[in-house]
Amino acid sequence: MVDQNDSENQSMNREEDMKDLRARTSAQTGTSQSGSVAPSSLASVAAGRAGKASPAVTPGSGLEARSVHAWFGSKHVLEDISMDFHRGTVTALIGPSGCGKSTFIRILNRMHEFIPTAALAGEVLLDGSDVYKPGVDVTKIRLQIGMVFQKPNPFPSMTIKENVLSGLKLAQIKISNSEELLETCLVRAGLWDEVKDRLNEYGGALSGGQQQRLCIARSLAVNPQVLLMDEPCSALDPGSTLRIEATIAELAKSMSIVIVTHNMQQAARVSDYTGFFLSDGGPGRLIEVGTTSDIFSNPKQKRTEDYVSGRFG
Amino acid sequence: MTQLLQAPTPATPSKPWKAKPKNLLPEIFGALFTAVSTFVIVGFTPLKGKLGFSVVLILMAIITTSLISGIKRDRKAAWNSTTTVLVYVAAAFVLIPLISLLYEIIRKGIGGFSFGIFTRDMSLSASDSPLSEGGLLHAVIGTFYTVILATIISTPIGILTSLYIVEVKGKFAGLVRFFVQAMSGIPSIVAGLFIYAVWMINLGNSYNALAGAGALAILMIPTVARTSEEVLKLIPTDLREAGLALGATQWRTVAMIVIPAARSGLVTSIILGIARVAGETAPLLLTIGGADATNLNPFSGNNSALPYYVWKNYGLGNETSIQRAWLGVFVLMIVVFIFFSLARYFGRTKDKKAK
Repeated sequence: MVDQNDSENQSMNREEDMKDLRARTSAQTGTSQSGSVAPSSLASVAAGRAGKASPAVTPGSGLEARSVHAWFGSKHVLEDISMDFHRGTVTALIGPSGCGKSTFIRILNRMHEFIPTAALAGEVLLDGSDVYKPGVDVTKIRLQIGMVFQKPNPFPSMTIKENVLSGLKLAQIKISNSEELLETCLVRAGLWDEVKDRLNEYGGALSGGQQQRLCIARSLAVNPQVLLMDEPCSALDPGSTLRIEATIAELAKSMSIVIVTHNMQQAARVSDYTGFFLSDGGPGRLIEVGTTSDIFSNPKQKRTEDYVSGRFG
Repeated sequence: MTQLLQAPTPATPSKPWKAKPKNLLPEIFGALFTAVSTFVIVGFTPLKGKLGFSVVLILMAIITTSLISGIKRDRKAAWNSTTTVLVYVAAAFVLIPLISLLYEIIRKGIGGFSFGIFTRDMSLSASDSPLSEGGLLHAVIGTFYTVILATIISTPIGILTSLYIVEVKGKFAGLVRFFVQAMSGIPSIVAGLFIYAVWMINLGNSYNALAGAGALAILMIPTVARTSEEVLKLIPTDLREAGLALGATQWRTVAMIVIPAARSGLVTSIILGIARVAGETAPLLLTIGGADATNLNPFSGNNSALPYYVWKNYGLGNETSIQRAWLGVFVLMIVVFIFFSLARYFGRTKDKKAK
């Protein structure tokens, strides 16, 4: 009985949290979305989303992948991927495990090269110039293309404040108004209200969802143009996931976001564009890419339709 | 939701998995049976002496606990009890010599112990003069010099070696790792001979504490390097990638993220290194030269050290000098304890909340 009551209480709290969050989310996106309407299908979720966002696409800017191939040893894992990611948009990458989505986003900020057997072909253009061009300073590339990992990984030896500002110290960037930046980053990551009184505690003391938002705040401190997110919510509970999605919506106003996700609801909720990856035993291919509403309501490929409607994968 | 309105059923915290006194009866009976049967067997069979007694005790303990669990439950439980007893016996076998050693050292060493021994050296006293004369100030100072210098030499070399193996993963990482492993098998006298042959005979240096520290460093480097390697391997790759993804160079990532995260483990590796060398005698015999007077200069002139002091006094063989040797062992133990505490103090995590 005691336990039951307790969990009842918790779920009550959770419900209140969610209401609060929905209010915040709708405030942030500037719509009057009522919390009670449950969308009936992914297609309608995606359609609702597309109605709200009308990204301003400026060709030739942002991040572009041009016929990217990747290998691990002699294994061809990605074949001929070309995609554009424009400023102010969210692109979701979906597809079954092992189809190369994570490899692809690690190629975008040159994390791919840390695997000793890795090889690559093709170009990744950031504002029109190839990030793999000889002589490019790889640390500058990673400053402009930030990354959030699957598992929350705040630096254990640093406090919350030090974690957020760690990017500046790591890249040896000097700024004068660090307090201001700290607050801006934490507000943008949707964590400020929860941690403003405990900035000198260690990051490990936060909950999983808070840690992940701390990691997002950490990537924002160096002011990247592009933020890559590799299944950022896969280890989090629904409440934290919702908070992070609200954060993504807020961030997408000023940067481009690429998010790998296995949760198709999430792809439909947060993204403007969706790319569907699939590997049929061989290398992973980009089967279809388009606006999220097209992919979920009107896919051109049979395989995309099968995947988004849950018939396989 | 309706349940929320009801008052919670009152409950008291308890530990239902703990055995009740009634259930302990078979255990008590088993312990009694073990003790009685052991005395009976020792009394009526040719198995005599301390060794015979302990062997019979262990065997009877295994048999009775296994039988009781077997009867109470099943064969799986019986086997579980057998292994449990064996594990306890193994732990006891480790603890018994350690405790008896500590007991002997304290019993024999504490006799001559007084504050005065830390203020006097042996320059004005003969080895067979009473314990109230002379002291081991020179040996304590020599040990501090050699161990601290050895730590200063081997910590950067050892940790940088482990960084090369784990972080840089250079072309020769495997080879370096192999040599470090081989180095940890070097007999300590060989380390002393190496310094003696190279540093002293070939390069023309004479006995001093620095030469002793060099010999100790040769023994300490592989311990520090191998332990640090294991510690660094435990740091998740995630953290390194997070640092690199923020636009850091590899060096900044290692210095600001990996090393702070591994800090307490790295300190442990240094402690293990100190433990490895603090009591070494053989390398010092060939390198520090030995002295009865306090020498405050580690870079010139003969010096002493506690293990050297123990070796020398034991070798003299008269009654007071052997007592002095025990005193030396006792003080060495205290010195090692102080080194450990210092290292722990400086290596502790800044905040308990950090995980």
